[in-house]
Amino acid sequence: MARTHVTCTINGDETEFLCEQDETLLNALRDDVGLTGVKEGCGTGDCGACSVLLNNRLTCACLVFAPEADGATIVTVEGLASAEALHPVQQTFLEGAALQCGVCTPGFLVAAKALLDHNPDPTETEVRYALAGNLCRCTGYDKIVRAVLDAAADMRSDGALTAD
Amino acid sequence: MTVTDEPTANPGYKQVGTRPIRPDGLDKVTGKARFGADLVLPGMLEGAVLRSPHPHATIVAIDTSAAEAMPGVHAVITGADFPDLAANGARPDDVLMSKNVMARDKVLYEGHPVAAVAAATRKQAKAAAAAIDVTYELLPHVLTVEQAMADDAPILHEGMRTRGLDPAPEVDSNIASRITHERGDLDQGFADADLVVERSFTTKPVHQGYIEPHAAVADASQDGRANLWCSSQGHFSMRTSTAKVLGWEPTRIKVTPAEIGGGFGGKTVIYLEPLATLLSLRSGRPVRLVMDRDEVFRASGPASGTSLRVKVGVTEDGQLTAADVWMAFEAGANPGSPVGAAGMTVLAPYDIPNFFVEGFDVVVNKPRVAAYRAPGAPMAAFAVESVLDELAAGIGIDPVELRLRNAVTEGSQAAYGPKFPVIGFVETLEAIRDHPHYQTELGPNQGRGVAAGFWFNAGMNSTATVNVNEDGNLTVVVGSPDIGGSRSSMCLMAAEELGIDVGRVNAIVADTETVGFNDVTGGSRVTLATGAAVVDACRQIKDDLRGRAAKTWDVEVDVVEWVDGQAQHVDGSETPLTLGELAAKWGRTGGPISATAALNARGVGPAFSTQVCDVEVDPETGEVTVLRYTTAQDAGTAIHPSYVEGQMQGGVVQGIGWALNEEYIYSDDGHLENPGFLDYRVPVASDLPMIDTVVVEVPNPAHPYGVRGVGEVGIVPPLAAVGNAIAAATGVRLTDLPMSPPRVLDAINRAAGDGGD
Amino acid sequence: MATVHFPSSLRDLTGGVADVEVDASTVRRLIAALDERYPGMGERLAEGVSVSINGEILPDALYEDIPDGAEIHFLPTLSGG
Repeated sequence: MARTHVTCTINGDETEFLCEQDETLLNALRDDVGLTGVKEGCGTGDCGACSVLLNNRLTCACLVFAPEADGATIVTVEGLASAEALHPVQQTFLEGAALQCGVCTPGFLVAAKALLDHNPDPTETEVRYALAGNLCRCTGYDKIVRAVLDAAADMRSDGALTAD
Repeated sequence: MTVTDEPTANPGYKQVGTRPIRPDGLDKVTGKARFGADLVLPGMLEGAVLRSPHPHATIVAIDTSAAEAMPGVHAVITGADFPDLAANGARPDDVLMSKNVMARDKVLYEGHPVAAVAAATRKQAKAAAAAIDVTYELLPHVLTVEQAMADDAPILHEGMRTRGLDPAPEVDSNIASRITHERGDLDQGFADADLVVERSFTTKPVHQGYIEPHAAVADASQDGRANLWCSSQGHFSMRTSTAKVLGWEPTRIKVTPAEIGGGFGGKTVIYLEPLATLLSLRSGRPVRLVMDRDEVFRASGPASGTSLRVKVGVTEDGQLTAADVWMAFEAGANPGSPVGAAGMTVLAPYDIPNFFVEGFDVVVNKPRVAAYRAPGAPMAAFAVESVLDELAAGIGIDPVELRLRNAVTEGSQAAYGPKFPVIGFVETLEAIRDHPHYQTELGPNQGRGVAAGFWFNAGMNSTATVNVNEDGNLTVVVGSPDIGGSRSSMCLMAAEELGIDVGRVNAIVADTETVGFNDVTGGSRVTLATGAAVVDACRQIKDDLRGRAAKTWDVEVDVVEWVDGQAQHVDGSETPLTLGELAAKWGRTGGPISATAALNARGVGPAFSTQVCDVEVDPETGEVTVLRYTTAQDAGTAIHPSYVEGQMQGGVVQGIGWALNEEYIYSDDGHLENPGFLDYRVPVASDLPMIDTVVVEVPNPAHPYGVRGVGEVGIVPPLAAVGNAIAAATGVRLTDLPMSPPRVLDAINRAAGDGGD
Repeated sequence: MATVHFPSSLRDLTGGVADVEVDASTVRRLIAALDERYPGMGERLAEGVSVSINGEILPDALYEDIPDGAEIHFLPTLSGG
């Protein structure tokens, strides 16, 4: 079967890859593009480990066919930090010990960014619901929720966040 | 309100008890960390495993010819490709392990591997696996301990006789063994009681639920050696087990640990590793095997489903007089449930003069159970701690007070035999009793429950090497996979020993050829045992550094002391030499500075936890909401308090999931009906409150830093803490897990019906 | 002299005896002495048994020294998660 040519922007770079028609975006990102920070926990959209921003929407990459990404803008965990600095939520995850094994962490960070991009001052409950699509089995979520709240506070005090 | 109490670490420590960023943290927040499925090798093939669709069947024939002819296929293996360990005189446990990895004559559960394929792509491998033609002859199956223990039950293992019966039985059985513990005079104990409560309980199999599925990459070469990369709780034991199954010497395999995406006990055993190795050997190419989530559920891990009966007597002033415990644990397809540990832990927190504990290890047609955080203890504690709650209410005393009146302390004879060393159980009870949480008022439909738990912790074998680098910074090389921040704890203990800032120490987890042997990361043992090896190596380095300073100053070594990261002359007559200065001149003082310590750790310190839970129960739907949760646990010493809290919180939340939602649901025909996270519902962030922690520190006197081990005991109390809270909220005692909305609603309705009629 | 406590799972071999005094300086010698007194005990103790000496549980204790007056318990070997 002929492979499909996909052109998209991933973490700011124009990227081309070839994929099968029925290949998931998750497989394409991991196997064809080499972005293995995007994790597979279930393949059925239940765990959020493969969370990416697809045209600015929080998306499970395992639920999207790779050809659907043609022309899209994608952000993965690899695209959160700049050369100089981590994204504030990456920093608060480190400082707050919000990861243990770390395999769910990429998905949580992308989901947290998606939340903070739209809501600079979330309540604890808003954070918990925004992250409810991401499973963590190690932490009990306590330190993750705190880290996201801390990142929001840091970003507000840095003036980095404004509401939509 | 959320409070995270700061632990009261020994004020003399400068590094231990601080909260540095972990060495592997940056890679994990930027996506660079490499987990089991992330490795790609040149020319790598992808594998797939064909699994039994039946719970119990004889394999009559396997025809792989169609699969072998399919495009992209490089190798197909079945049970016939593995050595017959029984014929080679292997231990029975190893024979069963081998047959669990790949079925031979029989399949014993849905998901049991029967063949595996390596092909150019995963899609091709899966298509080829589906094209393998297996002829089965179906056998009747058993799914519960009741079915398996019935006299006319179909037998899983011909020739299996129950161990622990006197006289030895003459007939085959699904009961692999019987264990007992007893003390005193049970009848007299119950006669002395003013109140006796007896209840039966059941719990369903639950999965560890690590987010990373099992994965292995193998690269075997023409000389019969293999490189193996896998995500596990112990790459040395993966090597040992894989070699056993293949009939190889272990050192033919080099195992490099990937980062591990959660284990909780479930990644202490092999599944894919021998398959990937053999497929690689056959194909001459590297092979990657990764489980899908449904394979993880169907064929790895679960913790035992159980059936328990508990009867406990108490006097009106709160003295426990007698306990009678019966329990049967599902082992899955092969013997080896944690009923032994359950039998030893079930009464361990309490001084009870008369008891009888009887337990059965029972095989059923489900996946072979694996360890899950304090294996066996949570189910046992669910039963006993629920009954204690009823006893406390029955005699009208506070449930924490009942436990305090019977709590074991140093010198108490544990129910499992020996006397306890220094322990902190009473301190955890007092921490909960005195916590503001315990005094807050509750609203309508709300209830509060407490429960306690015990776990042994473990020592076992560890090796660590500490290298001083040319800039005076340290590299700590360990062989214990880090699943919860242990690299950070190793750095802290090394920094404390050498009197330097923790930022000058890095720790890595090395492969099986770079560091000496280490047992698995399990039993809450790494900070204790591998930590002891790191401390030992650092002390050797300190002695070495003192000798080098003495040489530099041309003095006797006994006038040199090591203080705050530098060598000092006792009378101050020499300018101190820092670690960096000594490292820079190592060529003239004896060469590079390095030390290794290898030990079988001694001085294991038991762990206790006491927890309090507030819930609200919706009387219309039966939904239980956890409103507030506080856990107090004796860590001994919290080396890195954040990761101690993290272990406590994680264990609690797994326990909450076990209590409220999680269960394996089997159809009568032996098929798992919920092999995915949609239907096997683990707790999510919006289900939970913050989990408040009180880190109790009663140092373990047998460890250089007072460490006990913190990974496991936190999961022991939650099942009963939640159940007791539901009972307080509703007036109804639930005895069957999970306490899911339909069960809770049904119990409420039945109680209301009983009351009304 | 050490005091050895048998779990009930071993008492079928001891005729119901729960405790016994044994003069042995190492665990290996202790097991040999017990096997002599209770035939079959050595074989049973070879199958995954931990030994507790004065409260410390040792999974691989065969060559351990036994101090005078020690309390010895035989326990099943456990696995952790």
